[in-house]
Amino acid sequence: MKAFLILEDGNVFTGTSIGSTREVISEIVFNTSMTGYLEVLTDPSYAGQAVVMTYPLIGNYGITPDMESQKPWPDGYIVRELSRMPSNFRCQGTIQDFLLEHDIPGIAGIDTRALTKILREKGTMNGMITTNENYNFDEILPRLQAYKTGNVVDKVTCETKTVWKGAGKRVALLDFGAKKNIAKSLNDRGCEVTVFPARTTAEEILATNPDGIMLSNGPGDPKDCGTIIDEIRKLYNSDVPIFAICLGHQLMALATGADTHKMKYGHRGGNHPVKDLATGRVYISSQNHGYVVDTDKLDPSIARPAFVNVNDGTNEGLEYVGKNIFTVQFHPEACPGPQDSGYLFDRFIQMMGGEQ
Amino acid sequence: MPRNQDIKKVLVIGSGPIVIGQAAEFDYAGTQACRSLKEEGVEVCLVNSNPATIMTDKQIADQVYIEPLTIEVLETIIAKEKPDSILPTLGGQAGLNLGMELAENGILDKYGVKLIGTTAETIFKAEDRQAFKDTMEKIGEPCAASQVVNNVEDGIKFTNTIGYPVVLRPAFTLGGSGGGIAHNETELIDILTNGLRLSRVGEVLVERCIAGWKEVEYEVMRDAKGNCITVCNMENIDPVGVHTGDSIVVAPSQTLGDKEYQMLRSSALNIINELEITGGCNVQYALNPESFEYCVIEVNPRVSRSSALASKATGYPIAKVTAKIALGYTLDEIKNAITQKTYASFEPMLDYCVVKIPRLPFDKFLTAKRTLTTQMKATGEVMSICDNFEGALMKAIRSLEQHVDCLQSYDFSDLNDAELRKQLALVDDRRIWVIAEALRRGFSYDEIHEITMIDPWFIDKLAILVEMEKTLISCNAAVASATGTHAKALTVELLKEAKRIEFPDNVIARLTGRSEDEIKRMRYDNGIVAAYKMVDTCAAEFAAETPYYYSVFGSENEAAETHPQKKVLVLGSGPIRIGQGIEFDFCSVHCTWAFAKEGWETIIVNNNPETVSTDFDIADKLYFEPLTAEDVESIVNIEKPDGAVVQFGGQTAIKLTEALMKMGVKILGTKAEDVDAAEDRELFDKILEQTGIPRAAGGTVFTAEEAKEVANRIGYPVLVRPSYVLGGQGMKIAWNDEEIDEFIGIINTIAQDHPILVDKYLMGKEIEVDAICDGTDVLIPGIMEHIERTGVHSGDSISVYPAHTISEKAKETLVEYTKRLAQALHVIGMINIQFIDMDDDIYVIEVNPRSSRTVPYISKVTGIPIVDLAAKIIMGQTIRGMGYEPGLAPTADYIAIKMPVFSFEKLRGAEISLGPEMKSTGECLGIAKTFNEALYKAFLGAGIKLPKYKQMIMTVKDADKPEAVGVAKRFEALGYKIYATRSTAKYLQEHGVNALRVNKISQESPNVMDLILGHKIDLVIDTPTQGNGDKTRDGFLIRRNAIETGVYCITAMDTANALARSLETADGTLTPVDIATVKNL
Repeated sequence: MKAFLILEDGNVFTGTSIGSTREVISEIVFNTSMTGYLEVLTDPSYAGQAVVMTYPLIGNYGITPDMESQKPWPDGYIVRELSRMPSNFRCQGTIQDFLLEHDIPGIAGIDTRALTKILREKGTMNGMITTNENYNFDEILPRLQAYKTGNVVDKVTCETKTVWKGAGKRVALLDFGAKKNIAKSLNDRGCEVTVFPARTTAEEILATNPDGIMLSNGPGDPKDCGTIIDEIRKLYNSDVPIFAICLGHQLMALATGADTHKMKYGHRGGNHPVKDLATGRVYISSQNHGYVVDTDKLDPSIARPAFVNVNDGTNEGLEYVGKNIFTVQFHPEACPGPQDSGYLFDRFIQMMGGEQ
Repeated sequence: MPRNQDIKKVLVIGSGPIVIGQAAEFDYAGTQACRSLKEEGVEVCLVNSNPATIMTDKQIADQVYIEPLTIEVLETIIAKEKPDSILPTLGGQAGLNLGMELAENGILDKYGVKLIGTTAETIFKAEDRQAFKDTMEKIGEPCAASQVVNNVEDGIKFTNTIGYPVVLRPAFTLGGSGGGIAHNETELIDILTNGLRLSRVGEVLVERCIAGWKEVEYEVMRDAKGNCITVCNMENIDPVGVHTGDSIVVAPSQTLGDKEYQMLRSSALNIINELEITGGCNVQYALNPESFEYCVIEVNPRVSRSSALASKATGYPIAKVTAKIALGYTLDEIKNAITQKTYASFEPMLDYCVVKIPRLPFDKFLTAKRTLTTQMKATGEVMSICDNFEGALMKAIRSLEQHVDCLQSYDFSDLNDAELRKQLALVDDRRIWVIAEALRRGFSYDEIHEITMIDPWFIDKLAILVEMEKTLISCNAAVASATGTHAKALTVELLKEAKRIEFPDNVIARLTGRSEDEIKRMRYDNGIVAAYKMVDTCAAEFAAETPYYYSVFGSENEAAETHPQKKVLVLGSGPIRIGQGIEFDFCSVHCTWAFAKEGWETIIVNNNPETVSTDFDIADKLYFEPLTAEDVESIVNIEKPDGAVVQFGGQTAIKLTEALMKMGVKILGTKAEDVDAAEDRELFDKILEQTGIPRAAGGTVFTAEEAKEVANRIGYPVLVRPSYVLGGQGMKIAWNDEEIDEFIGIINTIAQDHPILVDKYLMGKEIEVDAICDGTDVLIPGIMEHIERTGVHSGDSISVYPAHTISEKAKETLVEYTKRLAQALHVIGMINIQFIDMDDDIYVIEVNPRSSRTVPYISKVTGIPIVDLAAKIIMGQTIRGMGYEPGLAPTADYIAIKMPVFSFEKLRGAEISLGPEMKSTGECLGIAKTFNEALYKAFLGAGIKLPKYKQMIMTVKDADKPEAVGVAKRFEALGYKIYATRSTAKYLQEHGVNALRVNKISQESPNVMDLILGHKIDLVIDTPTQGNGDKTRDGFLIRRNAIETGVYCITAMDTANALARSLETADGTLTPVDIATVKNL
């Protein structure tokens, strides 16, 4: 069946429908990872967005157990070509069936490079995936323009507290849409990890006497997180060691008076070089963010840049002055992407007084 | 880290002659690195024995030594040039080994020179088998379990600890001979016994067998600060067991999940950190397809063939960055040349798929074993880029220049199912075609996978191509009517899909029973045309500045429209194969530079990832595309060039002349009809008649009957050859009717568009001339004379400049004939002519109105920039206008001798005796003030370092026996003990040579084979009898065994005399010559 991707700027791509034939409006973003499409699909940070994979051959190894959450989150999935026959010793099914099962619409067979160039030139924009050949752009346009990702954190966070058993340090992980490998990375290092829903109050968390607090990644505009930011301010004041990733990093910045802004088209992929300003070493990182912390408006008495993006000079991490807190914009938990910055979890454990 | 200012002068070591396993990729790497160093203000001194390279140009380095790559020569150069540093990681294994030897011998310390880039300690840790194993163990990186054994008992004991099957690799046997896979104790004892006997040091490595695992490579970079990145990973379609150089390779990996991908990536970074590599490095893995288990196969602490491929596949210039890192820069300080926005610390992301197919030489060596093993056999490779795998594979197939254009090109339909299964199990260069046939018959993916161990994902992709064939055949009216059905319509949708997966028009036409024009028209009418996408290192995340393009169908075109004043299309020479080597890349690149200098916009089309011409900053635009008429036409439609140059890209480019003219592209330089006049027998005979130049009698034929008629008319022996070929492909000397039948049969296995030539074989001195003509005047930079008499292909002969034994009268005639021929053929640009000198009577053998393989060397030794001048003439300048005097240029005051280099030890079963068909893979140069020193250097450069044991074997045909006496006496005088087989020994003894008779192979031990396997022989001189097609004959076995055990083997008496002469005069003191100072007189 034919499907159409209609962009806010009037560009239309015609391809083949994959997954659900449901019509969807979403924010269109691109990811440049060459492997790890399944981790991308199941990353809750994509809630409220439809994702374009720039690598043209997707689904080659099918569906494997490598999921970062229970289900796929993007509103839509846009690819050049889906493999008709995946092959891998762990393959349990195809992307096609997976999308269908979770009612996610998508489009294949379009010139994803041309689409990516549009997003690069004009910035991230909204679009619609539809199988309706008789769509009326004039009627659609106001709906596209009106679309906002909105408060997606509440949509993706867990409902109840869960615990990853461990004999080491006790970490409270605030789930704003956490990828599974954050908890796993800590757990693999011996930590007992308690995962809390996003709306858990600071008091409730501190009452469990954690050795450290982990603020997770998550979807959407950090400024849409409202009261969560207030709770994080309380955690900041608690003197419990804190490590934060991506949205967590942005929320901590907002909680301490800094500002964030939306980037033209963000960083999504597994190849971004980030420089550790303390050592001058450069690491290749996994990234997925559309918003960034403004370093111009940073109060140097509160936080100092700790990592910077080598390509565009944007902020990639902060160290909080006089506090046992550091936060990063990129994803040391990888999945997908390079594991080069996994050492940051060790650093967190040291901050908590642990051995590693 | 800023650049290390202590580095002021760097010695760069090249990789020497092109051999299998070490090809043009090191010219690419070396050239890029030298330019990168010079850009930083560093003085560059270059040493490489290979004169065909671009790196040995005086534009590339400040001092250029085309000298034998030996420690002694390097020490002399170091003493003279006083570099402060040496960069050893760009010259392949040869360069790396030399760097290590210089360090180990204390030469570096003696002259206060340091290795930059990777250190000697690192190289040792990566290269030494035990040190490497220990290092990997230390950091917990798994290697395949292995042990070196000296006897069968130890082998059995060790195997019992790791389990069967095991791979056995005898140490120091070239070509991996004597090795194999043992599945049980009987096989183990059998192979091990033989391997221990063959090994010069009596050692065999017993290794856990991981054949069938996926083979995956990572190209990684690290700077001195410890920052590392992956440039690219690549997956071999052929599982472990086939050398990666002989595998079909895809980039990035296709069947690895992120877990597998990152696991190996982390391992690779872990390894280069531990080894403290600074620069580019290649890590090869075997990955168990059924688990996460992996083994490190090998680490190459240097740039390599794979790094060249990765550079071209991603747009990330590994050699350039390696050079910058050697100067002290860190990755985050080096700008990405393609985007100008990102840095070298950014990992490339591909939004396309790259396929590399090796170019194997089995069309040249009909007797060679086609089996692919861990010993590389390919002479070159092609690469293609597309947005889908099927398309990339199809494009790569038709880039091979091997008469293949789709999965039907090798026909296995006459095999029955059982035979086909057997064929599937055979790992050779035609395997994907065999799989295609199995798929056509409905073999299941599982069955094919179980036999071949190729991942089902790739099998499915081949199936998609086979299904498309079937669908297209269903549109064929003739096929339908033969089966009493109706042909389906060839719809626009179907055509679109066929083009998306890159079926060429001619194949679609053939399958659907239509004409190629009809298909093309249908495409154009429906807007189904190729679009071009950019290789930008970043999957379109950033805007790129470098126009490096590949084609796709069904997408938006992003090739920038340009309207310069003048635009030229330069057609490259495709994959490196025997007969068409790196020389033609040298010519293409220089031609491009010459046009650019004159203000033209330049466009290169080529498909060879190893070359300098496909570096993205050589031409204004690079199209990485197959060199077929259709592919070139698609580019022409977009670019609309003012003209095309075909005379520098070898036969590949020349073959496109007619098609270009049909497209309305002007051929710049010599006109197509004049090219034809040189190739077409009748037209050429007319020209010879008209110019009064004699040639050997002969005729043109299509069949064996006609050939025999001509041969009997003019008398045997005759030279038989197809027209329009390079490297004497299919060329043979026939001595009787039976041989004519055999040779014509071989030639006609490929349909011939042009007649076959049969000429009287004249035996005399062979002379070669390269000349430049502006339509009126002719400039001859030099005359070259071959050491071997006619009958040995010019590319396999030792070539001497200036011609040293011919008379002044003969020279005058040669100059006069060259002038007449160039003028009669209206040559604008280059012409290459081969002559025979028989006692001052000059005959012409053949004329090629194009650049030749001798052009790079003759340019360098005469100081005349031949390609540059020819290109300017093509643009309208004249010889006199550029300040040159027409006629024969004054002779340089150096003797330069070009020595062919062969790769026979890599090709089991290949016939090594020299003849009219070219067999060498590369060349080296000896340049000196005297003939003898030049000759000695040339042999030394080719790796002939004699004497060692002063023992040799002679076995010559009757006709050569009188000459053999002279040769034997010279070697005897040099202190050689001469062994000879019965009749040779008898003849030599009768003529005063103290030859020792040895038994033939068929006779009892000790026989000639035992002598060779005793590893105490320096040299075998074996001249084969005529009509030697039989592989079981003694001569063939002697030659093969000599080659496979590393014994130098000579098959022509002229070569033997030359070697004797060089040994007689070797006194050890060689004077290096800086080519950059050779002035054009």
